Amino acid sequence: MLTKALANIGKYMLLMKSVFSRPEKRTVYYRQTIREIESHGLGSIGIITIISLFVGAAITIQTNFNIENPWLPRYIVGVTVRDSLLLEFSSTMVGLVIAGKSGSSIASEIGMMRVTEQIDALEVMGVNPAAFLILPKLIAMVLFLPLLCAISVTIGLLGGYLICLTSDVVPVSDYIYGIQYVFYPYYLTYAMVKTAFYAFIIASVAGYFGYRVEGGAVQVGKSSTRAVVLSSILILLADLILTKLILH
Amino acid sequence: MIHLKNIYKKFDEQWVLNDINLTLDKGKCNLIIGESGSGKTVLMKSIVGLVKVDEGEIWYDERDFNRMGKHEKQALRKEMGMLFQGAALFDSLTIEENVMFPLNMFTRETYNQKLKRVNFCLDRVGLKNVNKQLPAELSGGMRKRAAIARAIALSPKYLFCDEPNSGLDPRTAIRIDNLIHDITLEFDMTTIVNSHDMNSVLEIGDKVIYIYEGCKCWEGNREEVLHSDNKALNNFVFATKMAQKIKKADPT
Ligand SMILES: Nc1ncnc2c1ncn2[C@@H]1O[C@H](COP(=O)(O)OP(=O)(O)OP(=O)(O)O)[C@@H](O)[C@H]1O
Ligand SMILES: [Mg+2]
Repeated sequence: MLTKALANIGKYMLLMKSVFSRPEKRTVYYRQTIREIESHGLGSIGIITIISLFVGAAITIQTNFNIENPWLPRYIVGVTVRDSLLLEFSSTMVGLVIAGKSGSSIASEIGMMRVTEQIDALEVMGVNPAAFLILPKLIAMVLFLPLLCAISVTIGLLGGYLICLTSDVVPVSDYIYGIQYVFYPYYLTYAMVKTAFYAFIIASVAGYFGYRVEGGAVQVGKSSTRAVVLSSILILLADLILTKLILH
Repeated sequence: MIHLKNIYKKFDEQWVLNDINLTLDKGKCNLIIGESGSGKTVLMKSIVGLVKVDEGEIWYDERDFNRMGKHEKQALRKEMGMLFQGAALFDSLTIEENVMFPLNMFTRETYNQKLKRVNFCLDRVGLKNVNKQLPAELSGGMRKRAAIARAIALSPKYLFCDEPNSGLDPRTAIRIDNLIHDITLEFDMTTIVNSHDMNSVLEIGDKVIYIYEGCKCWEGNREEVLHSDNKALNNFVFATKMAQKIKKADPT
């Protein structure tokens, strides 16, 4: 079990080494990266918007419920909602949702290319398949996921605003005051850096699981499930480590 | 010319290639024939380096494949074209983009020059009006032909075809065989074709190599194949009733 895990880590490292070797032709890689941004970045804005809207509203209600105390000013709810979204919710949400959405699609796409010999075809042409298939996805995700995180924070705050507007959780003016109260831009940087790490985990783990598939459609399915499970666990682990490292 | 010396390969304690010595000639269709599971695909993949051999040397003209560095191998691979048993077209790209792929990757030509080359190659394999279609929208035989077009896009010196006509009707099969034969002569390539189809052997077998259980069992040309006294080869060649009848009718 342990030796197997170590062997996998070794193989993962070797794959990453070939992913980061010199591209045969920059323009082709560049064009591919744009395509990947379209499918894994722009294509995820919708789902992130919906989820963030609901989560933002729910956190607002919860926070209000938890700190209902006549001694505390009402705007504290706004402050807390903002900071929880920034520090934890948005980045983790984006990480886990995209791990499920893009992680499984990357692993199954590359896995299918493996079993239908498309990867062999690339190799015989003299293209480095690991780099050509994984690097553009990696770059696209590392660039775009932090942006998705920022979008998620914004939409989450909007969700809270809408719930204040439509029910009597917190007065709207207090909420608005709260979300602007003592804002550290550093928190946003922190959230986006964290998300960039998650993006790397998702793209590289999914790429690895897809790349080493052997067999047929069944193995491709299994591999993509494993990719999602493992990258989700790694994201939560990374969350813990990064939070401890950066916020203390 | 490709030269193989004492190639050995085993998978899980079972020898799949056993002491293979071969010369594959330039300007000829070199046919590798043998039963299903005899090791043809493994042999072809070993020659192009997709399978690592356990022992033995592979020479591409004057170049020793095993001693090549990563970059030299990449350079050599630009001179190779390969048709896989399942075509292996990139299924997210259109036929035109598939054939253009190697050109995009390795040439600095303008789009129009590349397009011209793509259309030339597609025309050469007899495919028209499929430029914007996806591989999934084509029939099996058309996919094979598109894959041949992609393989010849960079005018390779070495062309590898793994069962180019398996699963096709006899007429299409012969057309693809003849196509491979013609382009081999036209561009003076070293062509290696895996097959278990006797029609191909008789049609285009400039040089025929018979693989039996991982060993090279017989070597000759399409004339000699019918008159050899090698028992295993005869069992393979005259496996069908039709072939047996032809043999009886024409004992020369
Ligand atoms: N990756 C692999 N791992 C283990 N065994 C393998 C592997 N690839 C091939 N083999 C074995 O090698 C032998 C030869 O297989 P190969 O694919 O070369 O046959 P073939 O001559 O191409 O057959 P066909 O005409 O059906 O395509 C088979 O017994 C197969 O089980
Ligand atoms: Mg085969």
